[in-house]
Amino acid sequence: MDVTLLLILLFIGAVATYFSGNAIASKVALFFSVAALGVSLALLNQFSQGTDISFSAQWIKNPNVLFALKADGLSIAMVLLTTALTPLIVLSGFGNNFNNAKNFYALVLFMAFAMIGTFLASDGFVYYIFWELSLIPIYFIALIWGNGDAEARKKAVIKFFIYTFAGSLFMLAAFIYLYQKAGTFKWDVLVGLDLSATEQFWIFLAFFLAYAIKIPLIPFHTWQANVYQKAPTIGTMLLSGIMLKMGLYSVLRWQLPLAPNAAKELQYIIIGLALAGVVYGSIVALKQKDLKKLLAYSSLAHVGLIAAGCYAMNMDGLRGAVLQMIAHGFVIVGLFFAAEVIYRRYETRTISEMGGIRQQTPKFASMFMILVLASVALPGTFNFVGEFTVLYSLSTENMVFAVIGGTTIILGAFYMLRMFQHAMLGETNAKMFADVTVSEGIVFVAIIGFLLFFGLYPKPIIELITPSIQEILVHVK
Amino acid sequence: METSLVLLLLLAPFVGFLSNVFLGKQFGRTGSGVLGTLAVVASFIATVIFFMQVNSTKEAINIHLFDWIAMGKFSIGFDILLDQLSLLWLMFVTGIGALIHLYSISYMHDDENTHKFFSYLNLFVFFMIMLVAGSNLLIMFIGWEGVGLCSYLLIGFWYKNQDYNDAAKKAFIMNRIGDLGFLIGIFIIGYLFNTLDFVALKQAILAGNGTANLALIGTAALCLFIGASGKSAQIPLYTWLPDAMAGPTPVSALIHAATMVTAGIFMITRLNFLFELAPDVKMIIAVVGVFTALVAAAIGLVQNDIKKVLAYSTVSQLGLMFLALGLGAYEVAVFHVITHAFFKACLFLGSGSVIHALHGEQDMRNMGGLRKAMPVTFITMLISTLAISGIFPFAGFWSKDEILLTAFHGNTVLWVLGSIASIMTAFYMFRLMFLTFFGEFRGTEEQKHHLHESPALITVPLIVLAVLAAIGGAINLPGNNWLNHYLAPLFKGHEAHHLDNTAYMLMGIATVGALIGIGIAYSMYISKKQVPEADDKVQGLHKVLANKFYLDEIYMAVIVKPIYALAKFSRDYIEKGLSNIVFGFGTVADGLALQGKKMQNGNIGFYLFAFVFGLCSIVYYLFFVR
Amino acid sequence: METILKEIGVETYLYLSALLFSIGVFGILLRRNAIVMFMSIEIMLNAVNMMLVAFSTYHQDASGQVFVFFSMAVAAAEVAVGLAILVSIFRNHGSVDIDNLKNLKG
Repeated sequence: MDVTLLLILLFIGAVATYFSGNAIASKVALFFSVAALGVSLALLNQFSQGTDISFSAQWIKNPNVLFALKADGLSIAMVLLTTALTPLIVLSGFGNNFNNAKNFYALVLFMAFAMIGTFLASDGFVYYIFWELSLIPIYFIALIWGNGDAEARKKAVIKFFIYTFAGSLFMLAAFIYLYQKAGTFKWDVLVGLDLSATEQFWIFLAFFLAYAIKIPLIPFHTWQANVYQKAPTIGTMLLSGIMLKMGLYSVLRWQLPLAPNAAKELQYIIIGLALAGVVYGSIVALKQKDLKKLLAYSSLAHVGLIAAGCYAMNMDGLRGAVLQMIAHGFVIVGLFFAAEVIYRRYETRTISEMGGIRQQTPKFASMFMILVLASVALPGTFNFVGEFTVLYSLSTENMVFAVIGGTTIILGAFYMLRMFQHAMLGETNAKMFADVTVSEGIVFVAIIGFLLFFGLYPKPIIELITPSIQEILVHVK
Repeated sequence: METSLVLLLLLAPFVGFLSNVFLGKQFGRTGSGVLGTLAVVASFIATVIFFMQVNSTKEAINIHLFDWIAMGKFSIGFDILLDQLSLLWLMFVTGIGALIHLYSISYMHDDENTHKFFSYLNLFVFFMIMLVAGSNLLIMFIGWEGVGLCSYLLIGFWYKNQDYNDAAKKAFIMNRIGDLGFLIGIFIIGYLFNTLDFVALKQAILAGNGTANLALIGTAALCLFIGASGKSAQIPLYTWLPDAMAGPTPVSALIHAATMVTAGIFMITRLNFLFELAPDVKMIIAVVGVFTALVAAAIGLVQNDIKKVLAYSTVSQLGLMFLALGLGAYEVAVFHVITHAFFKACLFLGSGSVIHALHGEQDMRNMGGLRKAMPVTFITMLISTLAISGIFPFAGFWSKDEILLTAFHGNTVLWVLGSIASIMTAFYMFRLMFLTFFGEFRGTEEQKHHLHESPALITVPLIVLAVLAAIGGAINLPGNNWLNHYLAPLFKGHEAHHLDNTAYMLMGIATVGALIGIGIAYSMYISKKQVPEADDKVQGLHKVLANKFYLDEIYMAVIVKPIYALAKFSRDYIEKGLSNIVFGFGTVADGLALQGKKMQNGNIGFYLFAFVFGLCSIVYYLFFVR
Repeated sequence: METILKEIGVETYLYLSALLFSIGVFGILLRRNAIVMFMSIEIMLNAVNMMLVAFSTYHQDASGQVFVFFSMAVAAAEVAVGLAILVSIFRNHGSVDIDNLKNLKG
């Protein structure tokens, strides 16, 4: 059994969902996503026993392209993040009635397929194809099933598409250049290339543009808040929970090993940019009126910190960044889902129109509270493990970085608690707030359970990712 | 055996928390309270067993539960360290905690969310145990943030009132400012010593490993002190504590007087070997401590809310403890922490009893003459007030005297300031007593009608605490110094002060000072029967004090408002600007396309001309230029 | 044939062919009637054909003349299609003046 099984399963799942009909599409999609989770856990089991689950075959002779999927700890961790979140994301759609549900859920599965491909690909060409492929489903999901004014939505989504696509083209150019030098797109060969300082500089910049837009780092983030707000919540979850991590993962997998010297030269500038995003995102989040937009800016702040950890380029930074990627993936999905749960009942995302919800549903309030606390990295949650490790790595680079990055624990608490206070607390709202349904409850409990368990016992994940990070560091050093 | 007992100690409150969260409604109001109390009592019993053991063997218990976080150069385990210091702390955390739980069964009986209250209290005790018993800085940090969370939840317990929620949020955020300092301190320590474990740290420092960079160690100590000043409400981060009185009174007693706010003192005492390397930081601690003591006492002079007076008195007493820490007299600070826990918990619970009797009235101007109606509350509070004022032979006398004695030997200015603070303490505490319990009742007729002594569940904890407040000084009487000997393994050779003439003289001065404070209060509120004026009539210095030196307003204007303004500016202008730059690319492309469109004018003649011209140019280039 | 080339010289053919080509070019650029322009294109085509024949003789290689046959055949087909288009344009517009044909304007 190797990782292609996972890709095939998800692809078949997407097709099967498409042909299943609108009535049962969501259940078919849930079935396949759970199956994918099962397969990925089985693969993890095989991997941890030392079996090789990678796959490689010649795909195109000229240019020389291998269909190569490499599974190391890092890829598997990201694949597991995807396969674990996909069922939850599908399940979170059970309370919505989508037009053309079969198309919708087929696109969701297809997107999972493309993102897993991105995480696994070890051939630049295949990687690029999956990278771009993942953009297509989210474009349609956001455009067709999004909310708000259709014209404004179209504008935001097309901007997002063209922006990220344009960024990626620079990456393609860099890959083509590397192919000219190496005669192959294979990761192992490419990272072994001996590139001059100028070459590294331009390659680094080309990759940086693609990733900075995807992650996003300021000032390339302007697509984010609008798309998050306008996309359907499931789309937002896919974007924020997994797709952002594609950018961060790619920094670790491709950018740093390919152009380590350039990375070191530009390190301070880029960490500075990332940390500016932490502070800026937090401050802008303070005064957001729309709950989803607030969460979007909080996401900007958090990924800024993760990116800073990536570019710290030491063991703690990389490891903390991966841990925080996983933790943030879960917590942001949970938070967006909480926003959706409120929207289903109140039909508003404006924070000032909420309030007093806690009195009506203490259960939902508690779960939302735990997610808020995880998001502000309270010790005991998984987010703390990641954030602490990242901040520590920054402090070993430069204490100033740690102080600036650390403001997130103050500002994060500021905007999150402020939001929680106005959305959930206060006098009982006149509008009825029905208690959470079973499917909603399952999503919350799964996410919270994950965050708390690995917050106290992150060892399995740390042990899974450490060897592959060491390998990356060998290329970086 | 040892491990399971440690787990019992640690997890009993947590189990209490879980069962109250999930099953609390089924247990009923009393049931959930009893469950919560029993959970803490279980911890207390386990603590007593360990305490006896360590007291006889003199050896710390260090238990490794499991690996937690692996860092590049070191790993952090989930370890528990039960040594003299942590057990001492656990004794009064679980002991007073159990009493306050017991008290709450009656106090919170009429609340609709009793089970939630007890689950939060249990969770608090759990995190407090983590804070105290953690064997490294990061476990301590779990507890540190955890108690902050519980404080947030409990201050905002009556969440329908947005003012209370504001107070809760403020407490959490101000604590987090300190926590950032704490974290940075942890980072520096990790960077310097490659360990966060207390025992290993102490060994490294005593062996002189990693101590070369004294400037960095000083920075670490300062950062840790910032953390401590957030949690223990010191200048400039103290303003959250008075606001935290929005929570139910047992919470104020447990969290905001006896236990959580002493966490900063615990941390500095725990890391005393580190602070010993940073004399400058110790000086800062002493100065901050004494100024906090003064400022808070001054504000406390004019407060009219009974809980606010106690809150400022807590800040002031914590300042005195920091003064002792700054002077290197850790065991003296610990001594005062313990006696303070006794009498301040008693005072808060007493004030809760009063508030309970008056159905929520907290303004002392509407009280008076309660001593006949509530004799037990009156007597217990009187004992505690005598203790906090430093009257012989109550507990506070001994511990406060030790602090002032240390200050006198350290720096006379600090001693003078500290003494002024304690004179003010005596004044405002007796002002509280006189206004509440003496004179005529000033409340409504209906309240007067319902005046009653509180039930036994409330008075028993009061009596126990009052007894402790009376005799608690016995643990470290001069000449006996049991506490000093008990804590001796933790500190390197700090001599106890001898009972010489200076000591007697200082005791005398302190007592006279306290009596002067009491006398002024007596003459104002008993002889002249003054009642504080309404808030809008106060003037001059009095007004400044009543408005807490306008510190909240200053913070609002200098920090919060600018941040909001910046947030608004970023949201409305910077975001738009950045977005427009991106759209700018689109606009430029659009403009170019418009220009290009003009070429496509549909005139075939023009196309042909362009074609021929192009061909000619190519030919010209190929044949004549190259 | 060689004798003719010896008497007149291959350059003369080139000059003539260049002259014819230029006449064609100027015809295309200056005239507005599509049929006249079409004729100009034919002149240019024939100029090239003549050059091919001349060089074919010069190099003593028959393949050049074979190409000319090809190109004449293609030109004939092209004329047929082109004239058909022009007829259809005339039917639609009532003229074949290219200044009136601006439907391709972007």
